[in-house]
Amino acid sequence: MDHLLFLIATGLARGAIFALFALSLVLIWRAARIINFAQGAMALVATYAAFAVTGMTGSYWAGLGAGILAGAAIGLGVERGLMRFTRDSHPLAGIIVAIGLVMVLQALLGIFFGQQHRPMHTPFSDSPLTVGGVPLLSPYDIFVLVVALAVMGGLALLFNRTSMGLQLRASAFSPEVSRVLGVRVSLMVTVGWMLSAAVAALAAMLLVPTELGLNPHSTDVLFVYAFTVAVVGGLDSPVGALLGGLVVGVAMTLVTGYLGATFAPIGVLVLLVVVLLVKPGGIFSMREARSA
Amino acid sequence: MNRIAPSLTGAPRTIVMGAVLTVVAIAATFGLDPYRNFQLATIVAYFCAVAGLTLLVGLTGQLSLGHAALMAVGGYAYALTASLATDMGLDGLPRFLLGMAGAIAASTLHGLLLGLAGARLHGPYLAGLTLGIAIALPAVTAQFSGVLGGDQGLRIDRDDVPAVLSRLIVVEQWQAWVAIMIAGVVVTGLAAVRRSSLGLRMRAVRDDETAARLSGVPAGRVKVVAFTLSSVAAGAGGAALCFVTQSVSPGAYTLAFSLLLVVAAVVGGLGSIGGAALGAALIVMLPWLVATLTDLVDMPAELEQRLSGNLGLLVFGALLIIVMLARPGGLAGLRRGRRTRRTSAEDPTPPSGPDAVAATSPTGATAADPAPASALREMPANDQPRTPQTVLQSPTERER
Repeated sequence: MDHLLFLIATGLARGAIFALFALSLVLIWRAARIINFAQGAMALVATYAAFAVTGMTGSYWAGLGAGILAGAAIGLGVERGLMRFTRDSHPLAGIIVAIGLVMVLQALLGIFFGQQHRPMHTPFSDSPLTVGGVPLLSPYDIFVLVVALAVMGGLALLFNRTSMGLQLRASAFSPEVSRVLGVRVSLMVTVGWMLSAAVAALAAMLLVPTELGLNPHSTDVLFVYAFTVAVVGGLDSPVGALLGGLVVGVAMTLVTGYLGATFAPIGVLVLLVVVLLVKPGGIFSMREARSA
Repeated sequence: MNRIAPSLTGAPRTIVMGAVLTVVAIAATFGLDPYRNFQLATIVAYFCAVAGLTLLVGLTGQLSLGHAALMAVGGYAYALTASLATDMGLDGLPRFLLGMAGAIAASTLHGLLLGLAGARLHGPYLAGLTLGIAIALPAVTAQFSGVLGGDQGLRIDRDDVPAVLSRLIVVEQWQAWVAIMIAGVVVTGLAAVRRSSLGLRMRAVRDDETAARLSGVPAGRVKVVAFTLSSVAAGAGGAALCFVTQSVSPGAYTLAFSLLLVVAAVVGGLGSIGGAALGAALIVMLPWLVATLTDLVDMPAELEQRLSGNLGLLVFGALLIIVMLARPGGLAGLRRGRRTRRTSAEDPTPPSGPDAVAATSPTGATAADPAPASALREMPANDQPRTPQTVLQSPTERER
């Protein structure tokens, strides 16, 4: 029972990161109708930037800020430099160009930083606190949960309460009408990409210290998990991403805790296949069918 | 190609062409040393998988990022059935055929399951699903390490050169022959599908699924069949690779390899079988070329270690982006594009479009006068069920 509680608590913290990353996929999907397969690699480059800044200044917070800024800058560069040109060509061009970008970024990281795992440190202790004799969350897990919830709340405010959010939603919903009404749609798409890449960078920076360390392939699995979360939650739904993330996080931690770590990727695959077969619109989505 | 034996048409033409190219490839192995023959066998095994992938992406617009895992399915099934056959006392041809049957059966089953899961979905969903498969492969082999051998994978006995040929060729050449014959059968089948009415239905589903449904094309079933065919081609490629290397392990079928197959299909030209052959050759030869070039340059050991592997990956990624943005038709499209340009330059007022030429019978056109014959020569490679295909193809041609 204690073990179960511990696993659920850890799963929530891990799930918050998946949810954050899945939210970044949802942001791009809503802004540009693209699933960005390069999101993991882009976030990883930002994490390397954070690692370098932390190494130079010795401050975790300077690194975190630099990583988020780097993430936004990468989002800007990728959207303006590459993705903008995929819109009118082959229907799969967005995915294929993103895959090419993954290969280029991972190769460059491998050339400049090598393939070895570099340990990243957490700002707070990651040994679990005991509540009433039961080991539960570590201070770092609590930090992760607070940051994830704060970012999601902030994004909800931005999208629902500000003029910028209204313009973002309008240009995603109906680009032509928005353009006629004076919304700078292409700017909004760029802003969507920057926001999304920054959120993804934050998620990667929160996850990497709890894993083996920084390596050119650190975010491969995170991307697959987040994609599963986005599909489970419904790609159009930020709330679905949050709930889906928590569900997948807890489920994966339980699978890892009871069946072994090697079983987790299989569990994700089974979940993905089942959701796609039974409810392709996503569990938390109201829409009947999905049209890409 | 159309200049050769224009009277031979339809499926028989595809089969004859496939047989001729297979014999030519087998003859070519005599000009290569054992290592080159090994490389050729690898290229040919990859060619199977890339041809399956290019058919899937180019004809139905579904993208798979897990074709390496489907190759692994074929490879593992071949290794398991072949070892079983060895235990039963079989050897040589019966063992090989049993192994291939096992590989085909396993990849059909997997293709069918995944196709069913993915058929209702558009590009990004199937791509994500297959990406998950590529990531899960090492976990699956570790979980069932009793049967699949974990990280080490499986090893099988080597098939020696048959006694009849043993004075003529060495084992590497024999392996290249077997791989070429497997690829010959598989790819000829794919080429026949591409030209058949099933191929036409696949294109219809790709271009406009709703319109295809309205015309009575069962879009879901067509997609499942396409994915299954593609999976069988990948499985046969994996079996061929297993035959050549006598081993199969998760380390050989990573996500990176899956992406490399996508590079081969895109750079060769989506939907083009000839392009798939070029792409397969590219992904085998380019890393070797890069390694040879970096060996020539004198550099510190650490830098060399970092460059090895990554430099090839960098080039492939860049190629993928550049080809997709600048020339979505790939290498095959490049050739086709130049041809059409040349035709219009030579003859500013063509007497009739290619459709009209196709409408008249080829032999009649040749007999009439030389001008239509030259137009016939410039026709693109796909010839037979011409009129409906052109109608369905035209939107995509315009897209490019």
